[in-house]
Amino acid sequence: MKTSYTYSFILLTVILAICLLVNISLGSVYIPIKGIFSSLFGSADNNTWQIIITDYRLPKAITAILVGSGLGISGLLMQTLFRNPLAGPFVLGITSGASLGVALVILGSGLFGGFLATSLVSKWSIVIAASLGSFLVLLAVLAVSNKVRDTMAILIIGLMFGSITAAVVSVLSYFSSAEQLQQYIFWGFGSLSNLSWQELLIFFGIYSVGLLLSIASIKGLNSLLLGENYAKSLGLNLKQSRLIIILATSLVAGTITAFAGPIAFIGLAIPHLTRQIFKTSNHKVLLPAVFLFGAIVMLVCDSIAQLPGSDYTLPINAITAMVGAPVVIWLLVRQRKMMF
Amino acid sequence: MNEDPKNIILTAQELTIGYNAKNARTVVASNINFELEQGQLIGLVGANGIGKSTLLRTLIKVQPALSGSIMLNGKDLKSTSSIELAKQLSIVLTEPISSKNLTVHELVALGRHPYTNWIGSLYEDDENIISNSIQLVNINELKDKRCYELSDGQLQKVMLARALAQDTDIIVLDEPTTHLDMYHKAYILKLLQKLTKETGKTILFSSHEIDLAIQLCDTMIVMHNDRVDFDQPCNLISQGIFESLFPSDLIRFDTNTGSFRVNK
Repeated sequence: MKTSYTYSFILLTVILAICLLVNISLGSVYIPIKGIFSSLFGSADNNTWQIIITDYRLPKAITAILVGSGLGISGLLMQTLFRNPLAGPFVLGITSGASLGVALVILGSGLFGGFLATSLVSKWSIVIAASLGSFLVLLAVLAVSNKVRDTMAILIIGLMFGSITAAVVSVLSYFSSAEQLQQYIFWGFGSLSNLSWQELLIFFGIYSVGLLLSIASIKGLNSLLLGENYAKSLGLNLKQSRLIIILATSLVAGTITAFAGPIAFIGLAIPHLTRQIFKTSNHKVLLPAVFLFGAIVMLVCDSIAQLPGSDYTLPINAITAMVGAPVVIWLLVRQRKMMF
Repeated sequence: MNEDPKNIILTAQELTIGYNAKNARTVVASNINFELEQGQLIGLVGANGIGKSTLLRTLIKVQPALSGSIMLNGKDLKSTSSIELAKQLSIVLTEPISSKNLTVHELVALGRHPYTNWIGSLYEDDENIISNSIQLVNINELKDKRCYELSDGQLQKVMLARALAQDTDIIVLDEPTTHLDMYHKAYILKLLQKLTKETGKTILFSSHEIDLAIQLCDTMIVMHNDRVDFDQPCNLISQGIFESLFPSDLIRFDTNTGSFRVNK
């Protein structure tokens, strides 16, 4: 039993490494494998290659790994905490909260007076607005989940937050300039590129805190598989665990949405994919497996989004759903049973 | 550790149970007194809606008592921390478990949580206790199956094994025989009796199988509308406690056989 998991993990890690290499090697400028390796280790003779790899492609690949693994893990935490296979950062309104924050900053700047109205909004204010928005929505979800015992109600409340966001955005866009609207829409497409190493460092820092909190929650998550009353009878401090799990999710999903935009689908689908393939609900296996799967899927999606051999780059959000949704449907139909 | 010939595990004194709402307080039952001894099998019976589950929920500290005291191993339940409680009292509930995508072994292993480290690593001792629990309820052949593959009766045994693996002084089961056929009802209750004898654990269960409970239990808690009785089954029968348990228009208690008969 244990060794079969070890082999799977080794295999997944190798696949991840291959995907990373393929991802880095693809792009509008052709760079041979040898050139990639020498650029990675800083010994390339070709200065352009060096810049393309270290300043553009590598940060983007790392972003893809962080985004994919982070969203997958947030989805896993939410699905176990709310005992609902439909839960994910999206359904619970975390992404909507981030979108609302960003919409208020980008579109609302025109509405609320002049000091930012003329220029486009800086990246940092978008990041802060998205983080604040997702955190506030999560606090609201948390407050509601303490009052409402029915977990379905919490999901519906999350969907309502989504509707509110959509409504506020449409009101704001009515009063916004074309440039502002375009900036918001482009943010909504999601993007893995254009992160500097400095931004990546901050991203990674917050992401790591969330990841550590998730790892610390593994035992609690496993006892939550039995339901809340059983978990309590096993000595779990339910309130504290719930807070840590939600905090981890909001840190990870919030930062991801802040830096890469609202990326759909991954958070919901990756945990299901992993459960189908690993056939377990044990979080000690699931958490690292979801990490690897999320990273791999995101790298593959990003490679497809670059349309190998062309100069176009498609919005990453379109690709994740277009590639991923059929895979999940196929898996569910083939297995005829959803694992949870 | 106790010089008393009887080792009392759980005591209820002048206990009142019910619900505290904002402006109204609903008393479900009051003046409840009992002492549960080590190694005994105790059945909790009563009509539907009489408050069996409320009493059990109060005893396992899911809801607070309105008044009176509950002592677990000589310590007030109110001041027992959740981790202390988890090492002394384990439960089997009627609610279905959230995820059935666990193997039987994994599920039973969750019972070791109060004793394991921050990430739940299992050591040799834990594994021994787990396999011992699995053997005690005769589910060795199910060990590697997943819970969604099991029948209701098998799942009930697995949940019992999980409670055993928690290695507590007392196990509380809420209606462990619902959804089971006649044979498995008898099987589960007989198994509970065997476990009290073999492991010395106290087992308290609520049930509608009054006939079986009378035959198997050491003592019984009988809940009526206006009072709660606690005694050995034979004493309860001779006091005529069971006759008044249900309205007599449809069924009546036959003192000779210790079972209920439908009025002809």
